[in-house]
Amino acid sequence: MADTLSARDDAPATTAKHPPDPGTDDLIERGNEFVARSVTINRPRAELYAYWRDFANLPSFMDNVVSVDATGGDRSHWVVRAPAGKTVEWDARITEDRDGELIAWASEEGADVPNSGRIEFRDAGARGTVVTATIAYDPPAGTIGKIVAKLFQREPAIQARRDLKRFKQLMETGEVATAARNRAQHAEEMN
Amino acid sequence: MRALTWHGKHDVRVDTVDDPEIVNPRDAILKITSTAICGSDLHLYDGYIPTMQKGDILGHEFMGEVVDVGPGSTLKKGQRVVVPFNIACGSCYQCGKQQYSACDNTNPADNQDLGHTLYGHGMPGIFGYSHLTGGYAGGQAEYVRVPFSDVGPIVIPDGVDDDKVLFLSDILPTGWMAAENAEIEPGDIVAVWGCGPVGLFAVQSAFLMGAERVIAIDHFPHRLELAKKFGAETINFEESKTYEALMEMTGGIGPDAVIDAVGLESHGLFLDNVVDQIKASTFLGTDRIHALRQAIVACRKGGRVSMPGVYGGMVDKFPLGALMEKGLTLKTGQTHCQRYLPALLQAVMEDEIDTTFLISHRMPLEAGPEGYRMFHDEQNEVTKVVLKPDMALAA
Repeated sequence: MADTLSARDDAPATTAKHPPDPGTDDLIERGNEFVARSVTINRPRAELYAYWRDFANLPSFMDNVVSVDATGGDRSHWVVRAPAGKTVEWDARITEDRDGELIAWASEEGADVPNSGRIEFRDAGARGTVVTATIAYDPPAGTIGKIVAKLFQREPAIQARRDLKRFKQLMETGEVATAARNRAQHAEEMN
Repeated sequence: MRALTWHGKHDVRVDTVDDPEIVNPRDAILKITSTAICGSDLHLYDGYIPTMQKGDILGHEFMGEVVDVGPGSTLKKGQRVVVPFNIACGSCYQCGKQQYSACDNTNPADNQDLGHTLYGHGMPGIFGYSHLTGGYAGGQAEYVRVPFSDVGPIVIPDGVDDDKVLFLSDILPTGWMAAENAEIEPGDIVAVWGCGPVGLFAVQSAFLMGAERVIAIDHFPHRLELAKKFGAETINFEESKTYEALMEMTGGIGPDAVIDAVGLESHGLFLDNVVDQIKASTFLGTDRIHALRQAIVACRKGGRVSMPGVYGGMVDKFPLGALMEKGLTLKTGQTHCQRYLPALLQAVMEDEIDTTFLISHRMPLEAGPEGYRMFHDEQNEVTKVVLKPDMALAA
């Protein structure tokens, strides 16, 4: 019996499974969404960790994050764009922090969108570092909130992939690629 | 500034648009001196490439003078440069392997979603070639913004005419890589489908790489004449059956290497082509691959197939069995231009490779829409149209 899990393949638990993995199933039943994405970045692990660990840097590649302010100790205040020109806010606290390896955080009581996440950094030899972001969140207003989110392309699975790609661009090339023809157009795209 | 813009199938216009500026640190701004219309621009003109938006500035074959640079650019104002059509960052894993056309970083993240859906991976940026490859404004304009300008552009020495070096931007390295992908060995017989610019440069490159004979296949007599000028034997597929001709010309063996320089809009009234066209028009399939089918079937056992022609989607009746049973090797891909530019510039300057023969028409930018129409409708005579923003419009 123990062997329903060990019979599964080696793909991570966040990969779509048929039938769904009992572990992730459980999360979904509770109304949570669970997203994970990996990207390989051709830079040393320590450098990537250090940039991410300064949360004030996150808006430079996370499209929806307006600001993250350190509020003392392990705490920070997040302002994030939501559909229809609104923003959602929460306070978060770091739940685990291993130098050069991983950072985990969770929102505190009273968050607009209760969420938690972790970012892990693993050596990938000549290819640099594998960066994996895992985010669990409770979507606003259940299913409808998620549909709205999807319409506005703010859906976390797509967003996570795009944000990680921008992080990679910034770390590998020193800039985030844009097709904007001039600075006014670029500023418009940033909003 | 004035720029040639796309508005729909067979509808391109010269519009006045905002000038480009430095946006990112590694950018440069060029004042365009010459820009060509590419055969692959005709795929846009014919409406075959998805994710075009009205007002997009076309053009991925261009050169010009540097007029502004960002702090991360290695270029200097006043330099003349030719810019590769595809944009590479120079610092990702693939760029490190000189696989520049597989660059991870030059397409804005939001534009990579469709590539993920269609191809399993996001595509890198290309100038003026739909939003699938970045939505970057092209160079058929008075000015262009060149991102990652420290990696792509090659500086042209003074005194070398635009017409000699313009094709370093795409078709010359593409023809060269086509021949390289055919892994030509001395004594080889190489067959090239399509005597457009890429095919003609592939003919020249194949000889330079040691091919003993090159057989060029097309149905435009003038284009076949050009191939003959470079020493190729020719087959006009409207006069002769290509497969039979190839077998007779190779003693029944078939060419050692075959190059499909045609791509997704294969011409000719053949049953499979007509079926492909119907499928494309009803969205059951997307690409017409008659030339590629023929190339695979004609190739000798154990031979090599090189596919520089552009394809974008799904095909039907692909001769997979012939590929496998004959043990063929297939190599393809967008060109890793940056890898070839220094050597090709040298070859052009030493007159080892001639590029100017190709240009049949030079026109002002303002006449761009007419240039597209001619290149599209009169393929026999119009082998290459070069637009010059500074040229005066004829009265």
